Amino acid sequence: MSRPTIGVLALQGDVREHLTALAAADAAAGPVRRPEELAGLDGLVIPGGESTTISKLAVLFGVMEPLRAAIRAGLPVYGSCAGLIMLADKILDPRSGQETFGGIDMIVRRNAFGRQNESFEASVEVAGVEGGPVEGVFIRAPWVESVGAQAQVLAEYGGHIVAVRQGNAMATSFHPELTGDHRVHELFVAAVRAAG
Amino acid sequence: MSTTPSTASSPETGTARVKRGMAEQLKGGVIMDVVTPEQARIAEDAGAVAVMALERVPADIRKHGGVARMSDPDMIDGIIAAVSIPVMAKSRIGHVVEAQVLQALGVDYIDESEVLTPADEVNHSDKWAFTTPFVCGATNLGEALRRIAEGAAMIRSKGEAGTGNVVEAVRHLRQIKGEIARLKGLDNNELYAAAKELRAPYELVREVAELGKLPVVLFSAGGVATPADAALMRQLGAEGVFVGSGIFKSGDPAKRAAAIVRATTFFDDPKVIADASRNLGEAMVGINIDTLPESEHYANRGW
Repeated sequence: MSRPTIGVLALQGDVREHLTALAAADAAAGPVRRPEELAGLDGLVIPGGESTTISKLAVLFGVMEPLRAAIRAGLPVYGSCAGLIMLADKILDPRSGQETFGGIDMIVRRNAFGRQNESFEASVEVAGVEGGPVEGVFIRAPWVESVGAQAQVLAEYGGHIVAVRQGNAMATSFHPELTGDHRVHELFVAAVRAAG
Repeated sequence: MSTTPSTASSPETGTARVKRGMAEQLKGGVIMDVVTPEQARIAEDAGAVAVMALERVPADIRKHGGVARMSDPDMIDGIIAAVSIPVMAKSRIGHVVEAQVLQALGVDYIDESEVLTPADEVNHSDKWAFTTPFVCGATNLGEALRRIAEGAAMIRSKGEAGTGNVVEAVRHLRQIKGEIARLKGLDNNELYAAAKELRAPYELVREVAELGKLPVVLFSAGGVATPADAALMRQLGAEGVFVGSGIFKSGDPAKRAAAIVRATTFFDDPKVIADASRNLGEAMVGINIDTLPESEHYANRGW
């Protein structure tokens, strides 16, 4: 596959930044809001946003179940921040009724790094990303409490897991899409190519 | 392969990227005015991306008159404790101490708002001095850029809050988008004069001309009362919508809130908007702007 087609789930959040980053990483990128738009995708990004809102809208608009099934069937996915929460098999402290797509055997804690006043930037070394650390932008960010045997930890910050990969699914607590550094998206695009 | 605490760089808080990035996460969403923890929970359950904690919604501020100030910290604490989505709160224009208090309370965003009675008739707050990001209202591009120059990390139209009438928000958004479009057509020689006309810093004017958009997120606010109003603002280019009095001054707030969220996401799908608009009960009554005395036009506050 030369130029994979990668969707960005566009229910809510920083969709445009992911589209820009994917295009820079040589993917054909477009927004996805409806179940029927999942067909024909080589990969999907779950953007940053509010995880409770994305979860509710996903149920409301009927993408929750089809997307769960697609991820189980091996659709490559990458999620940042709220996207990481949506890809977790379990949330430690969910709002009542908050659901996830799942795909990565991990337990996440929402807003673990604090409220907006504690939001921060810091350099983070990510396994598989060449050329030095990436700039990690952590906004009311979650962290990963623990991962299962199948999941690989790609990065830690301050003693907490902040990037994970399991099979074709990848997730980061931070927002590479806000930095103009597209190496994390390139890593995902390479995974999508390898899967196709 | 992974960092340890000893080798990790020290974290930097309150950067422009973290402040503006926070607003990027709210895009495509609805931010709702709430006055109690119970209303905050209704808003969260309806799919709001954030709530604005305040003592009285703008419609009641209009009705009761008097000086409108920052809310009681107990009330803000109660709302912060009730929900997990971000909580915003309003300070008066130029009232840096109210803003300091809101930052100390741990709100996620401060709205330096014309809905409250201005505390300073010349100066807005220096928003760079805060870790907490600010959203500010604007009626045109020059005003938006002056607020960004002062450190605002998000811009919203002013609209005419508390009227249930979307006409002013439409005017402000069209004005801002129109002026951005005009800048894109100018050459470098013309941008200096444009900056002078806009009464805005040249660097920001050039950035807008290059980007074809504001360097921060642009939401709509003021007068949104129906799902169709919210979708209209998005079609006009707003990246999300604030809803003030429109929800909790209506007949069935939970239903209307969820309907406005749906219409905001599917703003370009009239069928979804039609469905969202069915059987919502009574909308807030609303006020026609031209019957409103000039002195009660909130949009004229700030400059």
